[in-house]
Amino acid sequence: MTNTTSVPELLSYTLNVNGRDHQVSDAELGENLLFVLRERLGLRGSKNACEQGECGSCSVLVDGRLECSCTMLAAAATGRQIVTVEGLTPSGDGLSEVQEAFVAEGAVQCGFCTPGLIVSVSDLLDRLPLATELEIREAISGNLCRCTGYGRIIAAVQAAQHARSAREALR
Amino acid sequence: MPVFVPASLEEAFAVLEGAPGAQLLAGGTDFMVEVNAGQRRPATVVALGAVPELKGWRLDGDEVVLGAGLTYTEMISPELAELVPGLAQAARTVGSPQIRNAGTLGGNIATASPAGDTLPMLMALGATMTLGRSDGGRRAVGLDELVVGPKRTTLQPGEVLLEVRVRAGAGRQEFLKVGTRNAMVIAVASAAVVVDFERRSVRVALGSVGPVVIRAEEVEREAAKLIDWDARRLVGPLEGSGDFGELVRTAARPIDDHRSTAAYRRHAAGVCVTRAFRRAFSSEESTAP
Amino acid sequence: MTTVLTTGPGLRGGLGESVRRPDGGPKARGEFAFSSDLEAEDMLWAHLLRSPHPSAAISSLDLSPAFAVPGVAAVLAAGDVPGRQSFGLDYPDQPVFAGKVVRHVGEPIAAVAADHPITARRAAEAIAVTYEVTEPLTDPEAAMEAPPIHERGNVLFHQDIVHGDPGATGEVSVEGSYATAMQDQAFLGPESALAVPAGDGGVDLYLATQWLHVDRDQIAACLGLPLDLVRLHLSGVGGAFGAREDMSMQVQLCLLAMRTGRPVKIVFSREESFLGHVHRHPARMWYRHSADADGNLVKVEAKLILDGGAYLSSSPAVLQNAACFAAGPYRVPNAVVDATAVRTNNPPCGAMRGFGAVQVCFAYETQMDKLAAALRMDPVELRLRNALRTGDTMITGQVLSGAAPVAEVIRAVAAAPLPAEPGPSDAPEIALPGGAGRTAERDRVRRGIGFAVGFKNLMYSAGFDDFTTARCRLEEGRVTITSAAVEVGQGLVTLMQQIARHIFGVADVSLGEATTAGIGSAGSTSASRQTWMTGGAVEAACRAVAERLVSSVAQRLERPLASLRLDGGRVCSDDGAVDLSLVGAASGQVFEETAVYRHPPTEELDEKGQGNAHVSFAFGAHRAVVDVDLDLGLVRVVDVTTAQDVGRALNPLQLIGQIEGGTAQGVGLAVMEEIVLDRGTVRNPSFTDYIIPTALDSPPVTIAGLIEEPEPGAPHGAKGAGEPPAISSTAAVAAAIRDATGLELARVPIRPQDIALALAAFEEDRQ
Ligand SMILES: Cc1cc2nc3c(=O)[nH]c(=O)nc-3n(C[C@H](O)[C@H](O)[C@H](O)COP(=O)(O)OP(=O)(O)OC[C@H]3O[C@@H](n4cnc5c(N)ncnc54)[C@H](O)[C@@H]3O)c2cc1C
Ligand code: FES
Ligand code: FES
Repeated sequence: MTNTTSVPELLSYTLNVNGRDHQVSDAELGENLLFVLRERLGLRGSKNACEQGECGSCSVLVDGRLECSCTMLAAAATGRQIVTVEGLTPSGDGLSEVQEAFVAEGAVQCGFCTPGLIVSVSDLLDRLPLATELEIREAISGNLCRCTGYGRIIAAVQAAQHARSAREALR
Repeated sequence: MPVFVPASLEEAFAVLEGAPGAQLLAGGTDFMVEVNAGQRRPATVVALGAVPELKGWRLDGDEVVLGAGLTYTEMISPELAELVPGLAQAARTVGSPQIRNAGTLGGNIATASPAGDTLPMLMALGATMTLGRSDGGRRAVGLDELVVGPKRTTLQPGEVLLEVRVRAGAGRQEFLKVGTRNAMVIAVASAAVVVDFERRSVRVALGSVGPVVIRAEEVEREAAKLIDWDARRLVGPLEGSGDFGELVRTAARPIDDHRSTAAYRRHAAGVCVTRAFRRAFSSEESTAP
Repeated sequence: MTTVLTTGPGLRGGLGESVRRPDGGPKARGEFAFSSDLEAEDMLWAHLLRSPHPSAAISSLDLSPAFAVPGVAAVLAAGDVPGRQSFGLDYPDQPVFAGKVVRHVGEPIAAVAADHPITARRAAEAIAVTYEVTEPLTDPEAAMEAPPIHERGNVLFHQDIVHGDPGATGEVSVEGSYATAMQDQAFLGPESALAVPAGDGGVDLYLATQWLHVDRDQIAACLGLPLDLVRLHLSGVGGAFGAREDMSMQVQLCLLAMRTGRPVKIVFSREESFLGHVHRHPARMWYRHSADADGNLVKVEAKLILDGGAYLSSSPAVLQNAACFAAGPYRVPNAVVDATAVRTNNPPCGAMRGFGAVQVCFAYETQMDKLAAALRMDPVELRLRNALRTGDTMITGQVLSGAAPVAEVIRAVAAAPLPAEPGPSDAPEIALPGGAGRTAERDRVRRGIGFAVGFKNLMYSAGFDDFTTARCRLEEGRVTITSAAVEVGQGLVTLMQQIARHIFGVADVSLGEATTAGIGSAGSTSASRQTWMTGGAVEAACRAVAERLVSSVAQRLERPLASLRLDGGRVCSDDGAVDLSLVGAASGQVFEETAVYRHPPTEELDEKGQGNAHVSFAFGAHRAVVDVDLDLGLVRVVDVTTAQDVGRALNPLQLIGQIEGGTAQGVGLAVMEEIVLDRGTVRNPSFTDYIIPTALDSPPVTIAGLIEEPEPGAPHGAKGAGEPPAISSTAAVAAAIRDATGLELARVPIRPQDIALALAAFEEDRQ
């Protein structure tokens, strides 16, 4: 069993989050990645609105794939590259292109869904920069928002698309 | 209460050998929902996510071999959708992008939910599952041998679902799923239809209208009578407004629950099967998503 | 008033502009602290044990198994409440912990604090309760006659309205029975809070709520503490929509903190959230509308039954609203309304966006369509003919004195072009009913169009002393606004800054902490009231500071007050001799003023439901376009077009956000949202089964008109816009589905089986 990573009884393990290794100690077995990010690593940008995979508020990128951190067993995420909303946020108090579009277009109300959407939309625009409105709607169908009715969110994604293509045209 | 993350199938079996009661974890989209709700309290977990043998898919002669760890997103990929379009259609209906990135074929089968969306299509495709044990034992079973009740399978402790085999490009495949939301919804009823022109066979399976996926053999027999195999077209009533409603309604064994009523489920399954047949014989190419 | 206040030219961020929210950046960065994000050193986690039964006697309760779980610090139950044993917005009839009986599923029985949330949950589950299960009372009609399930009886509130001549008759009349299901607010940020015991024997509670001071008053009563020892501090609120008006765990959490002497945090799971807050009242409604042959309404009769569930909450006010608005925004000379809210063993119901107006709108607008059909009249024409105008008398006898652009909102929506969205024959597959499920067959999809108008009151009514407090402080040129008003996402924080900027002409406006410690009540963030009320208080406080500033300059420079004004962030004189920055004008002084704002008083309704019970009303109209799969009954809402009576758009972008969000919640109630009850048990307390619209279900919302007819008496003429957009979208979508299917569809949500099985039966009958 040379390469098998085994996390024993006490559950101490390492998670790579936003490019840094974090040591998790004395964790309970059942803890999901969202809980560990929030309560053990202090990364509270990912939100918990259901712990059922239904709302997308906890969205993170795992090895570059968009997933719900609440349906991942934290201890089994060792060896994966995890990126959270904090990892997509510029240092200081600046905003990424997507974040800026969300604020400017009125896509943020209570804001509980926002960090998860920032992760989903960033992922979408990396994969499908020219997504149509329907493609945008399908891509964010796993991110529930109760406040906005999604109208300003769609507008924000489209504004981010424009900002991005304008930036690329300049290069 | 450890968590193991084996890096090969051999290692996975080695762990299972020592801890046959260990619970297998794939994408976690069923498993962790239960853990989060306090309904599942595993003592030992073997996470299969890093086992390369379970990942992806390959061609083996005229068969497609789908790893148990194949994700829905991978099922939708154009290369695989070309070979097994019905499975791609089913995968497209599952959950959200997040769930499709994490959730796996093996997890869907092993969960054995009556609403599992790949199951009707696997039934209609006549898929074979390969199960393995740490002593090297392997067995190949059909879906009806594996899934025997709602959330009940014949998987033995320590046994791992390794792969699923289906025929490549097996005719026209259609999957339709009814739910009360336009995305991210559990099936209230679904239907899978495969019309194999080469083998001149028709297979029909229904989801969410019984404790397990139901193969509608009576419908298959009646449908076969309506097919002009040489001309690859339907003859008789289905061309017009006729339907399989009554036959499907008889085959279905649905229940009333908080998601829908038995009466609607029967009805909807009938509509879906009829529409699937019309599509399978329509001049348009079957749409892979 | 002598001081002339204007906004300086070129000042950005004032009233009428789509100013960015101050909390937008932190929220987008994931740094904004919601109540579930709080932590404290040495903190414990709480969990509540809830009743699995809708009706049972508790014959024994053994907490010791919970104490035995390692890591558990405290376990509390009914005997441990030092003060008042119960709480409630209107009357305290809801126990902190169920003692001898449980009256609804999810009622708290005990509370545990432990070192880990999983431990707390397991310990709570270990508590041994013996229930003697009794037959639950779940039928609201039966409840009126059934033996009482609470000492205060089963009738929570009754309201009659008798207006004009009850015997009047029209030439045409239509009748119908309607129902709306129990809807959940389903905000995303679950109930959560952190209670921290204080050295003075009191407690500090950091939480998400809608009204800090009223929570404080109730908590203090239950803890048996003086008000000043219970300090509530607002934490980030992840949406509210009415569900945070009632308390859900505040008292239990404070008790645990005080018992353990340690900070205690609680975060509800989604299931607990569904079980732990009030819902929108399900309604059963019977109606008869009578009109003359020209389509003038003669009389509306209605019998309304609202299921209030196990406890009172705000049922009386919800019921009064339903009764007052039962005839819709129409001139109705004669009306008879008999409205009752009852107690059952269903989950308690209370406030949700629209507050009684949504249910009746569905019914009266369906009636208006029926009446139009009976009269062979265009439904829009019928509505225009009867639309309320300023000066009209409502069925409560109140004369509409404010802006009432009912005809304008109707016309704006009716005149809007139909959406450019492709029809069923050429829409992309995923944009057909059934969406990703690929179920649609194009030639079996029908498009339908429906129209509805609605209205509701703004602010508190019926004699309630409705006031709000705000403070303005000017120090070294910096303006700080403090208020206990709750930001739930609607954008009050932006508006408070806009108002201060408008008055002082400076860009930088800070906001103080919202807390009960040190400032008076701001009232609830509900009833669409904060723009008007807290807006009014902020305005008044800012004006008071501005006047003091200008008069201090006048005194210091010995100039007549009338020659000075505050303009564009400077204090200037007409002759140009004085031109001071705010810092210069203040000359080291600090100015601070606290203002209390009240809207004009209202009256209680009399026993015939007559009286000037409301201050102001807002009106809105929706037109929905839907595609319906006739065989499967699946619906896609293609577009919703709306016009709203807003008085004045103080921040157009935020206003649009309220309109789109409110519309979407109405769409949800029309086609999918329902708390499914099975003899008192909630069958779908999860986001898996209580489904709310995703981005593929929420239609684009086209705004055909923001009708800006300033409301007399409202600060800046602006009406509240939180609820009005949520009133008529449900009715419009239902009407559109009726248009597509020809079915009656007298209940929302309209489920696929309601359409598909009815049409199939109809087909069968025809054959
Ligand atoms: C929000 C949400 C939406 C969903 N929507 C849908 C939907 O639309 N349609 C649908 O069908 N499902 C849906 N699901 C359910 C779930 O995503 C699928 O069933 C998924 O395929 C499960 O796969 P997994 O890899 O996540 O399995 P896991 O959750 O990891 O495991 C599920 C079960 O399978 C067992 N298992 C996993 N792999 C193996 C193996 N190789 N051998 C033996 N046993 C194994 C596990 O022990 C466990 O009992 C949804 C779930 C969520 C959270
Ligand atoms: S919290 Fe993970 S999806 Fe809702
Ligand atoms: S902004 Fe509140 S849930 Fe999206």
